[in-house]
Amino acid sequence: MKCQEEIVVYMHEYLDDEISAEQEKELREHLQQCPDCQTHFHELKRTIALVQSSSHIQAPSDFTASVMVRLPKEKKKVGMQRWLRHHPLLTAASLFIVLMTGSLLSSWNDDPHLSVSKQPNLVIENDTVIVPAGEVVKGDVVVKNGNLKIDGQVEGSVTVINGENYQASAGHVTGEIEEVNELFDWMWYHIKNTAEEVMNIFGETETVKTQ
Amino acid sequence: METIVKKRIKQVIKGDQDAYAEVVEMYKDKVFHVCFRMLGNRHEAEDIAQEAFLRAYVNITSFNIELKFSTWLYRIATNLCIDRIRKKKPDYYLDAEVAGTDGLNMYSQIASDSRLPEEEVQSLELQETIQREISKLPEKYRSVIVLKYIEELSLNEISEILNLPLGTVKTRIHRGREALRNQLRYL
Ligand SMILES: [Zn+2]
Repeated sequence: MKCQEEIVVYMHEYLDDEISAEQEKELREHLQQCPDCQTHFHELKRTIALVQSSSHIQAPSDFTASVMVRLPKEKKKVGMQRWLRHHPLLTAASLFIVLMTGSLLSSWNDDPHLSVSKQPNLVIENDTVIVPAGEVVKGDVVVKNGNLKIDGQVEGSVTVINGENYQASAGHVTGEIEEVNELFDWMWYHIKNTAEEVMNIFGETETVKTQ
Repeated sequence: METIVKKRIKQVIKGDQDAYAEVVEMYKDKVFHVCFRMLGNRHEAEDIAQEAFLRAYVNITSFNIELKFSTWLYRIATNLCIDRIRKKKPDYYLDAEVAGTDGLNMYSQIASDSRLPEEEVQSLELQETIQREISKLPEKYRSVIVLKYIEELSLNEISEILNLPLGTVKTRIHRGREALRNQLRYL
């Protein structure tokens, strides 16, 4: 049938609301006298109706929770912001104590040099402090304005301020590892430490209240 | 919805993960639905839909906040579905043929009106058949049909989501509709 091809294009243009008035008229006139095209057109419209009749299904109820579990770990900064929001009293108290001691900003600004906690078996090479392989460093290690490379063991926590921490696969730290790299983090580090002390003084009441 | 979602996205970009839970809540059904219609089974749909949200989160900084978030999200989801379909490569053409010959004698029953009676629409069996027929469509037709008729998106939006010229989208919709017509005509 010669009519098919062009008319079928019109049908689709009609279904997409993209047909001109003139072509629509042509389509209508043709459909009135051509049963084959009429059937074709009805089948198309029925197909659409069938596809659209498929009901909307919903995601499983635990969907959001499953997604959230799979997300990469949250950045420290916002964890902190939320913490500050949830502990306003403690934050104010800590900030007050930090500022009163006056040590915070001066200790940040004044000292661009590498400094490190005093353990005898730490090795210093340029701006990197090394826990040598086979050595066990006792107590918390704090490195400021420098990097820390852990090949051996640290029996305690590690804090690297304004530097980076590299840990060899054989390296081992028994306590927590913390990197502080910006003034903001630096303040946070102080506030949190002070807050922990404040919390120890006032007991556990604050944590219970915020749950 | 777009205003709220943009607000939440700004929070997410600042690193607030909780704000993302709200974004997921807002779009989970739509994304899951697209994936389900594209893939034809719930288990895979859930897997891919989760993956889509995960990718959106990881790449959130590359989202242009001036654009529509749903378009961007749909693009991620449909691309993942298309990848999955290509990896599977089922023999749907063979299936389509069998289904076609099976229904030949039902030809006389085609309603002259394209509107469907209520009970027919609600039949679960029919729903499954339609889904199966959609799943038989080659992936390039399936994505446009799902986005147009199930998500009811405009041709322009579909062209943006699939990153295809408008003309190509139109052609694919025409061909997809014809393919489905052949598959569903004896139903
Ligand atoms: Zn005709």
